[in-house]
Amino acid sequence: MKNLSVFPTPVLPGLHNLLSRYAESMTWMARYMERIENLARLIEVTGTFVRPRNGHAGWESLLQINADEDRFHAIHEEASEHAVVGFYITERDNPGSIAGMAHGVRENARALRPLISTEMWMHLNVFTQWVRDLTPRDVRAGSLSGICTRLKQECQTHFGITEGTLYRDQAWLFYVLGKYLERADQITRLLDIKYHILLPRGVDVGSDIDTSQWTSVLRSAAAYHAFRRVLPSGMTPVNIVGFLLKNDGFPRSLSTSLRQVHSALGLLSGEYRLRHSSHILERVEELRVTLAEQTAEEIIGRGLHEYMEWMQCQLRQIQEEIMQAFWPAVPVPVSVAMPGGQVQ
Amino acid sequence: MNDTVGRGQGQGAGLFATYDVPSSFCELMHRADPATPGLRCVRDRLAHFDLDELRRRTAAVEAQLYRLGITFTVYTDNQAIDRILPFDVVPRILTAAEWDHVERGVRQRVQAINLFLWDIYHDRHILRDGIIPSEMVLGNANYCSAMVGLDVPGGVYVHVNGTDLVRDPAGRFLILEDNARTPSGVSYVIENRHMMLRMMPDLASGLDIRPVDEYGPRLHRALAETAPQGVDDPQVVLLSPGIYNAAYFEHVFLAREMGIPLVEGRDLMVVDGRVFMRTVAGLSPVHTIYRRLNDDFLDPEVFNPDSLLGVPGLVNAYRRGNVTIANALGTGVADDKAVYAYMPRIIRYYLDQDPILDNVETHICAEKAGLDYTLANLEHLVVKPVGESGGYGLLIGPHATSAELDDFRARLMADPANYISQPVINLSVSPTLCPAGLEARHVDLRPFAVTGKDTWVLPGGLSRVALRKGSLVVNSSQGGGSKDTWVLAS
Repeated sequence: MKNLSVFPTPVLPGLHNLLSRYAESMTWMARYMERIENLARLIEVTGTFVRPRNGHAGWESLLQINADEDRFHAIHEEASEHAVVGFYITERDNPGSIAGMAHGVRENARALRPLISTEMWMHLNVFTQWVRDLTPRDVRAGSLSGICTRLKQECQTHFGITEGTLYRDQAWLFYVLGKYLERADQITRLLDIKYHILLPRGVDVGSDIDTSQWTSVLRSAAAYHAFRRVLPSGMTPVNIVGFLLKNDGFPRSLSTSLRQVHSALGLLSGEYRLRHSSHILERVEELRVTLAEQTAEEIIGRGLHEYMEWMQCQLRQIQEEIMQAFWPAVPVPVSVAMPGGQVQ
Repeated sequence: MNDTVGRGQGQGAGLFATYDVPSSFCELMHRADPATPGLRCVRDRLAHFDLDELRRRTAAVEAQLYRLGITFTVYTDNQAIDRILPFDVVPRILTAAEWDHVERGVRQRVQAINLFLWDIYHDRHILRDGIIPSEMVLGNANYCSAMVGLDVPGGVYVHVNGTDLVRDPAGRFLILEDNARTPSGVSYVIENRHMMLRMMPDLASGLDIRPVDEYGPRLHRALAETAPQGVDDPQVVLLSPGIYNAAYFEHVFLAREMGIPLVEGRDLMVVDGRVFMRTVAGLSPVHTIYRRLNDDFLDPEVFNPDSLLGVPGLVNAYRRGNVTIANALGTGVADDKAVYAYMPRIIRYYLDQDPILDNVETHICAEKAGLDYTLANLEHLVVKPVGESGGYGLLIGPHATSAELDDFRARLMADPANYISQPVINLSVSPTLCPAGLEARHVDLRPFAVTGKDTWVLPGGLSRVALRKGSLVVNSSQGGGSKDTWVLAS
């Protein structure tokens, strides 16, 4: 066991110091903030733009996107606006609510206080306490849009402060991983559910579409204006799917998120010499290839739902492998972890 | 402006027009010696402040402390409440001469404590020479048998020491208590200074105040200097119980100031008698642990087996000399309230010097004479349980009702060895912003000493203030606040 103390020469400052626990907390803090922003946007769009169609209320689809139907209906009878908004914003008992996630952000940020900038901490400290104090009265119909706007802005403020103040080392890369894994997950869920609500199986892709409903899909992904700029007269389901999955210029597209995940993993395994992550890198490469080699028409033709489901499964696998490689339940001595790269 | 004020008179201009100090030494206004220019300057500036302006600034400071999450946790009725430590914008000032005296006294005390600890864990000369009862040391709950015969690097047991000082009505500094285990509060000293310079620049401008920013680098250096032998570039970590600990903010603060990882027990692992931390690259060696965890929680294999906060095998690694733990285990014997009474004799024994800073007169209830005196004078004394900290469970005789006195007398007689008694010291006061204006409130002072190859004392220390009128209890858990402490360079 003598070589336990042998450690490769650091390439960049901070190499020795990143605790597994910090890496884990960084990933989750970023994931939760990204998810809060997405959820707030989805709630706002649902409350503002989505109207019942074929008897299918918009609020039910919010539950579907988050795969929360069972948990929700165990507590609530009907997917009314009041019930769903409460479930997703103020109900602390629901770990997937914004209140529940803000609590998670707070715990992680407290653990990360020695590492993150004071500005980041100060903002999250105030933000999470504001969320904690929100009551069902605060999120009634008249004020819902305002609350959602503030939630989004607080998340964006956080991302801005982080961009401007967080030191760029491994901790930053784990933050990037969490943020973009979450974005990738969110966009595939949104598209999977919305597409099949708006265009059930068997309905011809070319048939008349409800433009305002498709517009709301774009708005749910903060993609409306970007899409208009790129495809001013192309409001078709295929184009929208193509834009949200494959457009490299759109910051929330699946291809952009996978590119960011790939680049962060590449830096960890390359510049930071964490070679035991190279197999994860390969998996991400494979995902990017499947996305690049298919057109949106082909994806839809072969089954959008099946592809989205597979993609989500792969993303979960990546998260799992990151966990195994960087914060394993049973730690691996340096001498074993470094060269082989196979940590299972 | 009256610059020739004497003690006991209530006078002054502006905000001090009604300021009155009946019988205490005032840190700012009423000194026997002619005030130094720096002291006079602060007094004059303060006198001409607008009260509402001071209140606005106080509110701004407290809002900032809240945003920064500079809080501590109070436990009442099983509830944990995060509170900010109330901050008073009027600084407590020490002259260069006063500080020189305190600094030398603290350094002497720390030196004696380290020599005492080495001795009681090695040859026990002091016990054989009958300077202090063996039973008091060896039978002490804080005596740690795992330390016997262990040669700690540099002979340093107490890397960080907090000395609680008070001043009597003559202005004499007296040591009330030693804190040689895991003393806390130093983060407030530094944060208070930052707040003060931001919020009261007009009060501080032009004055030569000794800086406090050096603490982090000094502590890091001391911890590195006392790393296990043969380690060139030691990895130092701060071991915290985690985010729910009352002093977590301070742990974060110190880890940041030193640029070292803040770890929890679950981040550390002992393999083959060596300590490692779990990093994204695998296990990475650790050489010095600045622990902010009590002895009992450090290693479930040796102490409390139910504790999840510590590191299994840590004491074994420590005993093999592979890791330094700061402060060392078993230092609680030295800051025990009973052993405290012997500290002047301990100083003379090891250093052959008179104590530079005196103890408060102390009666040991374990001894018959001490107990008799205490029982006979209960209504005039402060009686303290020896095992407690934080001002819990003590009796302040003059403020107690006769029922409380009777109740305490019964407790005292049931377990006399658990108590010491001291006369009530009429603590010094400092002008403090109160609802009615600037009023005198009692203060104490906790300087922090850092020991590696030698001992360095952070200029100033934590000045705690009892915010309730007349109260002598300054503890943060009992309604105390804090002030910035200015040491004048000349």
